[in-house]
Parts: sequence; C-alpha cells; structure tokens
Amino acid sequence: MKVALKIERFNPKSDAKPHFQEYSVDVSENDRVLDLLIHVKRFQDGSLAFRKSCAHGVCGSDAMIINGIERLACKTLVKDVAQNENNSITVEPLKNLPIQRDLMVNQDEFFKRYKSVKPFLINDEKAPGRERIQSPEERKKFDDATKCILCAACFSACPVIREKNPLFLGPAQVVQASRFLDDSRDRGFEARIAVLDTPKGVWPCENHFKCTEVCPRGIKVTKLINLTKKKIKNYRERRGQ
Amino acid sequence: MTYEYEVVVVGAGGAGLYAALEASKTARTAVISKLYPMRSHTGAAQGGISAALGNVEEDLPEWHAFDTVKGGDYLTDQSAALLLAEDAIRAVIDLEHRGLPFNRTAEGKIDQRRFGGHTRNFGEAAVMRSCFAADRTGHMILQTLYQQCIKNEVSFFDEFQVLDVIIEGRQCKGIVVIELSTGEIHVFKAAAVLFATGGFGRMFRITSNAYANTGDGPAVLARRGIPLEDMEFFQFHPTGIRQMGILITEGVRGEGGILRNSSGERFMERYTPTLLDLAPRDIVSRSIISEIREGRGIIGDGSVDDYVHLDATHLGKDVIEAKLPDIAEFCRTYQGIDPAEHMIPVMPTAHYAMGGIPTDMDGRVIADKNGNIYEGLYAAGECACVSVHGANRLGTNSLVDLVVFGRRAGIHMREYVEGAVIPVVGKDAGNEARHFIEGLRQRSRGIHGGYIRQEMESVMMEKVGIYRTGSQMQAAVDTLKDLREQYSEAAVQDTKNRFNTDLLEIIELRNLLDLAYITACSAHNREESRGAHYREDYPGRNDEGWLKHTLAWLEKDSVKINYKPVDISRWEPKPRVY
Repeated sequence: MKVALKIERFNPKSDAKPHFQEYSVDVSENDRVLDLLIHVKRFQDGSLAFRKSCAHGVCGSDAMIINGIERLACKTLVKDVAQNENNSITVEPLKNLPIQRDLMVNQDEFFKRYKSVKPFLINDEKAPGRERIQSPEERKKFDDATKCILCAACFSACPVIREKNPLFLGPAQVVQASRFLDDSRDRGFEARIAVLDTPKGVWPCENHFKCTEVCPRGIKVTKLINLTKKKIKNYRERRGQ
Repeated sequence: MTYEYEVVVVGAGGAGLYAALEASKTARTAVISKLYPMRSHTGAAQGGISAALGNVEEDLPEWHAFDTVKGGDYLTDQSAALLLAEDAIRAVIDLEHRGLPFNRTAEGKIDQRRFGGHTRNFGEAAVMRSCFAADRTGHMILQTLYQQCIKNEVSFFDEFQVLDVIIEGRQCKGIVVIELSTGEIHVFKAAAVLFATGGFGRMFRITSNAYANTGDGPAVLARRGIPLEDMEFFQFHPTGIRQMGILITEGVRGEGGILRNSSGERFMERYTPTLLDLAPRDIVSRSIISEIREGRGIIGDGSVDDYVHLDATHLGKDVIEAKLPDIAEFCRTYQGIDPAEHMIPVMPTAHYAMGGIPTDMDGRVIADKNGNIYEGLYAAGECACVSVHGANRLGTNSLVDLVVFGRRAGIHMREYVEGAVIPVVGKDAGNEARHFIEGLRQRSRGIHGGYIRQEMESVMMEKVGIYRTGSQMQAAVDTLKDLREQYSEAAVQDTKNRFNTDLLEIIELRNLLDLAYITACSAHNREESRGAHYREDYPGRNDEGWLKHTLAWLEKDSVKINYKPVDISRWEPKPRVY
C-alpha cells in the first residue's frame, strides 16, 4: 500500500520555524513506522534526521509523536495508524525537549533529572558471600518500574511540564525513583526523599494520566507517582510532621 | 579538539560499562558511545546469564565449561571456558549486590531455568543454570551497570562515533572520533583503549541485531592491520519472528516450549533425541531449515519466507506473564497473537558473531599466531574473540562473556596505565579520518549508500547463511568486492555538519562492508563443517586439518589468512551428539 508520510522538519540553525514535508512510500501494512522512516532516509532523502537502534521497542531511541500521540516508531504498525483514503501518517518530534534536528530532540535535561533521583541501589551494609535474599513477593513489588526504557514519551506527554511547571521532575524520573523505593534491598529512602519531596519533585503531578496512556512499556506511571506521594506522606506522619 | 585520558572505552554496552567501572576506580576514564545512554544492544538480551549457582538443582562450573567447549564444537579455548564458568558465579553475585533484580525462588535465592546446550554431568540432561530477570535480563544488566556508572561518576561522551585508531608499531595511542552534534573530528589520546563495540549482525538481511550493530571496532582495527579471528562463525538464532528477525528468547523453550512443523510434529525428536528443543542453536537452526527444505514448513513450498511454529500454548498464561512477558508483548505487537493461545511463527535470524578481535584472557589484543600483543589495546564483549564461544556460542554465555571479560579488561587496563604515560600523538593523527569524511561530504554525485547496503544484506543472507557451499561463497566474495568498489563512489545527500545521521550511516556501511568481506573470505577458506559454519560441500568436521582458529588480515583488496592453535588442554575433542 502507498502511505502519505508527513514529517515535521526543522533545522534550528537554518530554518525560521518547523514545516511539514510529505513523502510517498510503498509499504506493507505490517511494516513499522520506523521502516517507513528508514525507507525515506535510504532511498528518498538522506537528510531526514531521527534516532533508532533496536527496532523492537526495548532501547527507547525512537520515541516520537505519531498522529498526535507519543509512541515508539518501531512498535507502531502502519495498519494501526494510517488514516483516511490516502493512508496518511503524521510524525513530529517529542515535546517538552528542544529540537536538535527534525525528529531528534535533546534529552540532556531528561537524563539530568533522571540522575538526580539517585537511580542506583543504595545499601552500605556488608554484602553476604552469596546473593541477598529477596522473596518473589518483594521482587514483584517493583517489577513494573523495572520495565522503563527512558524513552521520554511520558515526559513529552505530560501536560504539567508543558503548561504549568516546566521544572517538574518528570514521570519517568519518579518511576525510576520508585523502582528503588520499593526494592527491599535498598536503604536510600531518605536520600531520594530530599529530591522527591520538593515543589519541583513529585508534587506538581495532577493525575492527568497522559504518561500512563502513552507509556510504550505499559507501566502504570501515574499509579507509581501516587504511591510515591503516599510513601512520603506516611514518612512525614511517622516523623510527626 | 584533543582530549587526554588514561583509559578510553569505546562502547557503552555491558562489556564497556563493566570495564569502565573497574578502570575508573583509579584511572582517569572516558566512555565513548555512538548512542545515548542505555540504548546499547546489551539491553535487548532476553533469556538469562548462566552460572553454576546450583540454586535449583545440582550444578558445577566444570559442567558449564564442558558444555561451552562442546557447544563450540571444540574450537573453544578450554582454559578460557573454565575461567568463564568459574568467574560466572562471582559475576552474577556481584550483579545482584549492585542491584540487579533477578527473579527469585520461593526461598528468595536467584531463580534459574534451562537453556540450550546447558547440561548436567557432561551431557546427561538439561540443567537449570540460566539466572534471569523475566525475559529482559540484558535490559536489567545494562541498567544496573549504567546506574553504577552514575553512582561512580564515570565520564561519558554520548553520540561520538569512532573513525580510526592511532597505532604506532605495536603500541596503541588513542582514537579518532566524530561528534554527531557538531560534525567535529576529535582525537582522544590514551594510554589504554578498549573496544567494546558489540556485534555486526546488520550485514545480514534478517537479523535480531540493532541498527547500531555495525562492527565499528573490528572494522577500524582491521583497516589498521589487526587480524580478526574466526569470522566465518556467525550464529543464526533459531527463533526470530518470521520475516522481521525479532528475537524470541530460547527461554521460551527453556520453560518448555516446543518447535513444530506443518503437521504439528515435534521434529527435534529426530535430530537431537536427548536435548530435543534445547540443543545448541546451530543444530536447531539447521534442523528448521532442513524441515523447510523438505516441504514440512508451515507454507510448505520451501521458499525463503517459509517458517515453523514455536508452541508455548501449553505453558499457560501465568507462566508466560511471569517469566516471558516481553515475548508475549512482541507477539501481540508484531503478529497480533497471544502466545498462550496461538503458536508463534518463527525462522532463524542472524544473531551473534563468535569471531572478532583476537584477545587473551585479560582483553589484550593479539597480533599474530604466536600470541604477541599490542600494548595498550584491548577488546571485550561480542566484538572480541577470546575465544570462549568457539564455533557456536551457547545461549546466556554472551552475557557471561561481557561481565567476566569486560571486568578483567578493566582491571588490567587500570593496572597497566599506572606505569604508563599518555602517549605523544603527531599532529597528523586525525588526518586520514578527516580526509575520508571530507571526501564523502564533497562528493556531490554518486550512488546512495542505501542501495549498496541492501545488496550486501541480501548476498550475505543468501550465500553466507546457515547452509554454505564453495561456489555460493565465491559469488558472495565477488559481489562484496564489487560493492566495496561502488562504495568508493558513494555520496552523502546531507551536507550539513550538525546531527548528520546520513554521514553516520555511510561510515557504518563501510564498516559492515569490510567485515562482510572478511567473513565471506574466511568462510570460503574453511573447508570443513564445524558449529555454525556448515558447508554442504564439506559436511563433516575435520579435526586433523581444521582444528585451528582462523586469523584474517584485511589487505587493500584481499584477505590474507593464517591460523592460531586451539587450547584443548582439558578435554579431548569428540564427536558432537546431543
């Protein structure tokens, strides 16, 4: 089938503002949107800029906005998004992060905030000779959060970051913090609270659920944010605050 | 710009990150990666990492080592396999201590499951040896190691692509890179350089590999006169999603999944009656192709699109959701099926390079058949060849390889640079790379790389694939020669400096073309069948003539071959039956 692929193009160094460019691509309905982009790049227009790597939804390189919704291009099939009689598909870069070129956005700020939650196991107790013991139930408690691939789809979809508080830590960042808060082996609760329990931390979230809707890994992001809020409240209560 | 570090690591996958963690303890260390953090292909590994922990049933490192040797069809260096199996236990425990979320047994220990070719007591029956974190073990390893790098404040240069290595005589002095965001070319001077750039499955049309897997490290070194070892051995994983090549972990069969042909028959009963569906990958892949050729594929016409079924319907929804959740999602996304209810359409997919940059057990790069080394030059992970995988790697051993040999290389570099000085590099060090890039940019007309790439992928898939013959491989060698010539006239369409991904792709294409050429020449040269290298014109293994490692040097338009002995100090080679 023929697809009309409309791609937002922008080179901040030479263009005054973004514009759309349309390409016609012959594809199979089971192809990925990423396959279309690669086809354009290899056989029509080498100047099209986008990131890619694993091509099956596990590395997080190719999050972009397809028909208005944040998705991974490699996890989105043509048949699920081609619209109207001319099979049109619209592709734009993620929002809330500066455009570098075309579909590439600068993720430095996203990673900087990720690093701020101390996303590593904190435990200074002497480790046993063998593995630390953890029950299957304890392990299951943080399973959902381990799925995060830091693709930034949630960060782009977050209306709080876009409209109200651009400094809000971000949905993926809270998920990554919760991955350790819920790990029975971790002792870093207080170190992370110092980042999460601030006006820029977990509190700006208003439960719009956009992050949960777009997460390509199906993580219950908003739920994890709310559970994190609850943990902080319980902690304050315990301390009589 | 010119940068100076004591240690430079190229690649931020499992091997590179582990090496960086060790090296940065005392040495000033930089990690150069062409990707953003945590995009590396280690993250796509699914099924597990083997270690004889014995958490679920009795197991010994010696059994693991033997399986690795036999799995490699006796081309594995046996001392290296013993070291791998023994150190695997320490490595897995270390990863757990660093926070890796392994699945757990009822007692809270690391859970283990069966995997292809891993057996109890030297081949008696399949053993539960693979430690796993659902079916995203690689993702968890990559995350855990990167988290540790954040904790230890390792320096990263993200989206820097390696172009060249600076070597004088037998001494490595640094690398030349291009920065994606600016298009600038930089020189990194270093007392020790580790290449950990991963695999190069992208030379094949159907592959489980990421687009980033273009063999940049081995190609850069080959062009500077370093030999590559055993390049003819490329593993096809038996179960890729039909036509797409997306990996369906061997863990599905580890949990009890069964391969079936068009009549529903469990055909592996006829090929490997003891291990059945859990035979090593080379054997299972050949068995699938044999079924298809004999008309028992699901379509039945023996065409390149034909396939077989992987049946997991009897495992039940609970097991699939708890132990294979990502696989279930791949099936839903790409095939529109639920593996608990429908069989998965699969065919072999190009997966893993057993060959690569020859190294000793500390990651030091070997220069010749006598084992002389290059000072200050290291390699680890899939781009390296120790060789622990011989002619065919066992499932889960790639992750073991990364953490065992990545760590050892990191420790060795840390100690090596203590007595070393940052080398003096001439002003002209980056000139060849600059000249190459300028040539690409200035060529206004020429064939676009896309066409060359397409033809390379097809010829490698069809002529240097699972079943090989001398005449087909000769045809592949000729085509690749021609494509390398065409490449010298290829042009980039994007002439900008900033974020020029067109330029990156054409740099990567040169690397793939050079490695495809070395692979085809090495394969054509080896006149026997061993492990993943199966020749219909030489169907038997020939220990008398060919129990030796290939060393291949890329010369301008040809490949020069020599050999290196195999370490068989522990087990006498025997026929390989399962």
